Amino acid sequence: MAQAIARTTWWRSRRLRGLLFQGALIAGITLAVVGLVEHVLAEGGASGFGFLNNTAGFDIVQHLIPYSEQSTYGRVLLVGLLNTVLVAVLGIFFATILGFIIGIGQLSSNWLIARLCVAYVEVLRNLPLLLQIFFWYFAVLRTLPGPRNSLNPFDAVFINNRGVYLPRPEAAPEFIWVVAAFALGLLGTIWLRLQARDRRERTGEHSDIGLATFALLVLPALVASAITSFPLTFSVPVLDGFNFVGGVVVIPELVALVTALSAYTATYIAEAVRAGIAGVPSGQREAALALGLSRGQMLRLVVIPQAMRQIVPPLTSQYLNLTKNSSLAVAIAYPDLVSIFAGTTLNQSGHEIEVIAITMGVYLTLSLLTSGVMNLYNARIALTER
Amino acid sequence: MRIRVAALAVLAALVAQPAFAGTSPTLDKIKKNGYLRCGVSEGLPGFSNPDAKGNWTGLDVDFCKALAAAIFNDQQKVRYTPASAKVRFTALQSGEYDVLSRNTTWTMSRDVQLGLEFAGVIYYDGQGFMVPKKMNVKSAKQLNGANVCTQTGTTTELNLADYFRSNNLKYTVIAFEKDEEVVAAYDAGRCDALTTDQSGLYAERLQLKNPADHIILPEIISKEPLGPAVNQNDPQWADIVRWTLFALVNAEELGVTSKNVDQMLSSPNPEIRRLLGVEGAFGQSMGLTNDWAVRVIKQVGNYGEIFERNVGQGSPLKIQRGQNALWTKGGLQYAPPVR
Ligand SMILES: N[C@@H](CCC(=O)N[C@@H](CS)C(=O)NCC(=O)O)C(=O)O
Repeated sequence: MAQAIARTTWWRSRRLRGLLFQGALIAGITLAVVGLVEHVLAEGGASGFGFLNNTAGFDIVQHLIPYSEQSTYGRVLLVGLLNTVLVAVLGIFFATILGFIIGIGQLSSNWLIARLCVAYVEVLRNLPLLLQIFFWYFAVLRTLPGPRNSLNPFDAVFINNRGVYLPRPEAAPEFIWVVAAFALGLLGTIWLRLQARDRRERTGEHSDIGLATFALLVLPALVASAITSFPLTFSVPVLDGFNFVGGVVVIPELVALVTALSAYTATYIAEAVRAGIAGVPSGQREAALALGLSRGQMLRLVVIPQAMRQIVPPLTSQYLNLTKNSSLAVAIAYPDLVSIFAGTTLNQSGHEIEVIAITMGVYLTLSLLTSGVMNLYNARIALTER
Repeated sequence: MRIRVAALAVLAALVAQPAFAGTSPTLDKIKKNGYLRCGVSEGLPGFSNPDAKGNWTGLDVDFCKALAAAIFNDQQKVRYTPASAKVRFTALQSGEYDVLSRNTTWTMSRDVQLGLEFAGVIYYDGQGFMVPKKMNVKSAKQLNGANVCTQTGTTTELNLADYFRSNNLKYTVIAFEKDEEVVAAYDAGRCDALTTDQSGLYAERLQLKNPADHIILPEIISKEPLGPAVNQNDPQWADIVRWTLFALVNAEELGVTSKNVDQMLSSPNPEIRRLLGVEGAFGQSMGLTNDWAVRVIKQVGNYGEIFERNVGQGSPLKIQRGQNALWTKGGLQYAPPVR
């Protein structure tokens, strides 16, 4: 009898059931992977992942690490991964800024601003992302002149339909002294800030350290540069034949992709921000104003920090979405992971199962890393009961 | 697990490999479906391109029609599946179509490593470059530093890299997945040159805003023998596809056309009599009827007729026969005899 009761509770234990299900899932996935690998080996796909050492034979328009057509498929994987990370980081950066501005703007007491922000969200969220990517791409290409008639807004900066050409910094060995001087200045500003905070907490007085910070950041580096006779030089792009050579180029594909991804994702972030801010009780605002904070300070010091607790979870999933959506890059020839690895490499090498498995693994890792970082941040800002 | 996988593999091998010649699982399935499934491009005028009414036309399309005529005596019994350069082989391997008839180059890696079987060469092609006239470029060797637009998943992007490297020229490649984006980006000025198979260049030039403003450079930088491909695991089906192609070429060589094929049935020429099934049982030995070639020629014509109608003088492309003339006329088109 006692045993029977023990057994039913054993079955009913939610924790155990959860563990069992997860165990079964992991076992299932492992078996599937093992089966796939066996299948690959049986197919005579000689070496499984050995093809990663074969020569790729094709070129790639943008590579953050050295690459040529004689590089391997393994190198293609790295180039694609870095290109994906670049788009994701830039996209997340701009989408966050734009999303917060629009989200706060939606709640603006200025009727026009609020309407404009709402309209922005409604329009851009309801147009297919791929369409927006094409729009930006061809808008960029068609409005910009050819290399011979490049726009030249600043000295040594050229803009044409092949990209934005910027001077490339080239450091002589002495540049290390400039870096060291800058680092010292940076330490100085941190010390200054700590001092200022200490003073505020002790006396409640606010000290203006803006100018001092600026001086600390700029002067030491400048002096060091002068002493080492300016070790940082710039390779300036020049028109040679069809195109510019020298300098760095930001290709139009990257510009269009980042623009489209940030403009689109910003609509979802804006909604999350609006909802988060609306969720902060109005008493908090009134209290902040009653304490004599300005509207800006109220938003920055009281409302946003509390709203963040609501905003971060949806923000995380938008960051993940942006990263995954970056694979639409293939449509406009931006060489991301899906385009040059899951696309070109798969097609040219024929190793479908391995290529897809690696690609899925990489995206899974990127997603887990992103959510890991965001969860840490979330834990840090979580309400701490005292 | 191991045992189960092994058992499955044995089973798959049994299913895939007929114990004796005379049955083709692909042919059986096509007959059961009532139509042939044909993989084509997503739109390349002259080769495989949907017209205004959505009907597929072109040289590669006519080859699928020839197969349908051989199997069903009805060239309309074809379902077309467009596939980009990038996905075409995966789709063929996973059985989304029975034959890939889509300006596809026969290369060693595709034949050997991808487990495909090429039936022959339906069009001898080579890779070329197109540039805007106003660039004043006369030769590909002058393209140092150029931006070049092309399509990914092709032999094109590999040849391009080889060519520029072996000529010590610098270049930047912008590789799109879809042909229409290659053309649109080139037209929008993203690239100094567009590269693909020369036949494709003529077709793509027609899609530009001002075709007359662009020229095709004289250099041919590669060999691109284009032909229909099938999976390797059904040799009899590969035979049907191969000999349908040969029948088209043999018919032209023997002077059999869609107009005269009925009279030709009473020709005394033994080669014609064997091709048209008046003598011998060649069709039956492939699982078709002996008059299969008659039906093919009557419905779609011989190789020469197909060529002229789709890419030659009867088409907007106006491509010369050149390498695609019969071997008897100084070209490369040559089919083994029906015997
Ligand atoms: N023959 C080459 C290139 C074939 C190819 O894809 N050509 C392009 C440009 S001519 C094309 O057909 N595009 C049409 C499409 O992707 O649907 C190969 O087999 O790799």
